[in-house]
Amino acid sequence: MNRRLSLFNVTSLVIGFAFLYLPILLLVVYSFNASRLVTVWGGFSTQWYVALFRNEALMEAAWVTLRIALLSASLATVLGTLAALALTRYGRFFGRTLFTGMVYAPMVMPEVITGLSLLLFFVAIGLDRGFWTITLAHTTLTMCFVTVVVQSRLMTFDRSLEEAAMDLGAPPLRTFFSVTLPLIAPSIVAGFLLAFTLSLDDLVIASFNTGPGATTLPIRIYSQVRLGLSPEVNAASAILIGIVTLGVVTATLLSKRSLLREEPNAH
Amino acid sequence: MRRSFAPWSDPAAKPLIRFENVTKRFGDAVAVDHLSLNIYESEFFCLLGPSGCGKTTLMRMLAGFEHPSEGRITLADRDLAGVPPYRRPVNMMFQSYALFPHMSVERNIAFGLKQDGLPKAEIAARVDEMLRLVQLERLAKRSPSQLSGGQRQRVALARALAKKPKVLLLDEPLGALDKKLREETQFELMDIQHDLGMTFVVVTHDQEEAMTMADRIAVMDHGRIVQVATPGEIYEQPKTRFIAEFVGDVNIIEGNVLGQENGHWRVRSRSAQPPLTIDDPDEVLHSDQAVAIAVRPEKMVIQRDPPGTDAVNVLTGEVWDIGYLGDWTVYRVKLASGEILRVTRANRSRYVESPIDWDEQVYVTFAPDAAVILAE
Amino acid sequence: MEPQRSFPKKLASSLVPAVPYLWLGLFFLVPFLIVFKISLSDPAVSQPPYKPVFEWGDVAGFFQGLDLENFEVLTSDDLYLSATLSSVRIAAISTILLLLVGFPIAYAMARAPERYRSLLVAMIILPFWTSFLIRIYAWIAILKPEGLLNQGLLALGVIGEPLNILNTETAVYIGIVYAYLPFMVLPLYATLEKMDDTLLEAAQDLGSPPWRAFWTITVPLAMPGIIAGSLLCFIPAVGEFVIPDLLGGSETLMIGRQLWSEFFSNRDWPLASAVAILLLIILVVPIVIYRDVESRRVETKA
Repeated sequence: MNRRLSLFNVTSLVIGFAFLYLPILLLVVYSFNASRLVTVWGGFSTQWYVALFRNEALMEAAWVTLRIALLSASLATVLGTLAALALTRYGRFFGRTLFTGMVYAPMVMPEVITGLSLLLFFVAIGLDRGFWTITLAHTTLTMCFVTVVVQSRLMTFDRSLEEAAMDLGAPPLRTFFSVTLPLIAPSIVAGFLLAFTLSLDDLVIASFNTGPGATTLPIRIYSQVRLGLSPEVNAASAILIGIVTLGVVTATLLSKRSLLREEPNAH
Repeated sequence: MRRSFAPWSDPAAKPLIRFENVTKRFGDAVAVDHLSLNIYESEFFCLLGPSGCGKTTLMRMLAGFEHPSEGRITLADRDLAGVPPYRRPVNMMFQSYALFPHMSVERNIAFGLKQDGLPKAEIAARVDEMLRLVQLERLAKRSPSQLSGGQRQRVALARALAKKPKVLLLDEPLGALDKKLREETQFELMDIQHDLGMTFVVVTHDQEEAMTMADRIAVMDHGRIVQVATPGEIYEQPKTRFIAEFVGDVNIIEGNVLGQENGHWRVRSRSAQPPLTIDDPDEVLHSDQAVAIAVRPEKMVIQRDPPGTDAVNVLTGEVWDIGYLGDWTVYRVKLASGEILRVTRANRSRYVESPIDWDEQVYVTFAPDAAVILAE
Repeated sequence: MEPQRSFPKKLASSLVPAVPYLWLGLFFLVPFLIVFKISLSDPAVSQPPYKPVFEWGDVAGFFQGLDLENFEVLTSDDLYLSATLSSVRIAAISTILLLLVGFPIAYAMARAPERYRSLLVAMIILPFWTSFLIRIYAWIAILKPEGLLNQGLLALGVIGEPLNILNTETAVYIGIVYAYLPFMVLPLYATLEKMDDTLLEAAQDLGSPPWRAFWTITVPLAMPGIIAGSLLCFIPAVGEFVIPDLLGGSETLMIGRQLWSEFFSNRDWPLASAVAILLLIILVVPIVIYRDVESRRVETKA
């Protein structure tokens, strides 16, 4: 069928994407503003970037956030992949309904609830709040997203590839590592990136579970923003946006290449 | 069952549908090329051709989903230009059936009637009538996903018939059915069309389907109509080599015209000694013109013994392949010139004393009026 | 796959579901039980700031220490009731706005030529990868009285004096629609893209004009996407904290914000827990529906 875009369709797209991208674009533009007043253009300057890198508290927060994100995303990837395998390959096991509930609920659960409940749990078991409590909390939240990403790939996975490997003499475990894992790898990578970004981004859950010496970047930015607009925050945001854009573009190119490689098996 | 029905040969008859010099372009591609065609009331009309020949585009223009780039389409003397699909007295049975997955069989059939705002009781009565017509009364409450392919096809038919359109368009109506069901359904469609007296326009790439059902067939190729005629004429008097090869099996013998003798054409061919004698008086040919002689496999006779001296059109060769089909046996005979002929023979008796065997020398003959001369 | 397996292999294979199961049980389910327990406790000036604290020696005393006092506070104090109602109202209105904004975008994406579609999807997702906090922060500079929107509108002469948008409920709607748009567009796009165009042609062929075919065919068939997208936006929006806190005014009551301030400002952990339970009670039905819709969608995709 030849689908045609009407004028209304094109307008929807243009306005929709303008709405999505203009605020981000403005933020980046104004990070190069010489004026201290964030909304008044005072000429081009990179002074806020310089100030940003001299801001030790912000740099320290960025380092903590990065470590938490790497660690929790790695843990979440392992746990999420296992959960996806459990949901797709283990049929009906005991407590499956509860299990799917626990996988899907954290994704929509308001963050204040998740954050508070984990905090109360850590207090109850006597774990000191700080780096580790945030990491555990983020792992729990993000593993669910990994599960869904990997699960949807496993659902479309051609089981006959595994059967062929076993038919040719590979035992189940070797089949998994030599056939299944390489083929679902792109979705695992996507899941990891998603988990990493979510952890990097989280304010609410981290605020509940933070402790001395574990102030993350969103917590730091939030406390600055509450005091008013800050050109330094603009600069920090612009850098984050740059990194993310670069990451997404790279990931898209990589996944396109792996898709091309997979094409013969896709149908 | 079939009535004598030939409004196309009656100069006083008025066509129901007229395509007048219609062209349709998609960008640079020409899908339909200056095409004119008349379809008459109550006709069972088939558009036949290979995929990409423009037959579906032609049908979609009639339904209103495409608009002619040039030319005019009229229905009952009304110009259809600017009439949107939902206001045309034409309904279509889609190739994919396009049954609404969120509606029951009943609601699918009622859909078109509801659009007309008919009273509820009338809709219900018409739906019942349609369900009876396609024998699906028991499945009225089912959803399309719970039906077999054949049942879906019937629902699609009932839905398209429910509004009693002036013209019913059927896009590859039997394409998704298996062979047995397809044959049964062909006859059912013919009966329904006959009982309702409706005009049917069918698009198909399956020549057998077209031959069985149609009053007339239009063979299309590259956006043009190559021949419009009854199934018998299309098969026995194909106008071009394309039609001869597309409709049914055919043997083509190439040669050059020697001249006319006693009203018969004499054609020289490297496949046959002496020259062939063909009775096709309508052709206008000149000497030495290159022609193709088309002979259907069932019109050739295969025999082991040499034919009499008065026999015309004798080809000799050896049996290359034999295919036993039960009702027919197909012989593939390799001529000295290297060409391979396809000859069929009806298996009239259950036991044949010494059947023709592989590698045997055989003679293949055909009557002068069994062949058609096609100008190259 | 194999009828007989040795015991160690069986054990290893049962670890696959067991490990994530136990993890979620420990870090998701157990914490809820604790929230529930603490919501029945009383605040205390101690560490931890509530009592009773469970001790093996005094199980009976522990249970006697639990009561519904916090819930009585919630039901007697108007603040919580109106915060709850206003959260649900704001989330519902935002969800409707999201549908109105998201549907035309998703529809246009589904109709776009196939080679552009994955690019369009990527462009919808891209903002989601950049920090949520930053994207909300960006709107402060736009919506401020002396912000970019007012500067622009004043320069164009559309308005005579600056609009007061920041710190109002309008700003909260803008923020929620902006931040949640991908979650609405993607499920809608997924169902619309799968839709068979010939169904619309069939409807037209049977006498239905395009606008009516939209309501009788397109909308019902997009229903799974509409439901999934709406729940995906409505549920977290009810408990939203960052958007009302940064863009809303002091009069913008939302329950997530209330929970935050009970916890961080008033340090009343038991009351905060009770608010969490209240929020959970409001959301349990939508969450269960969402889980059903979502797991069915993922499993039928195979």
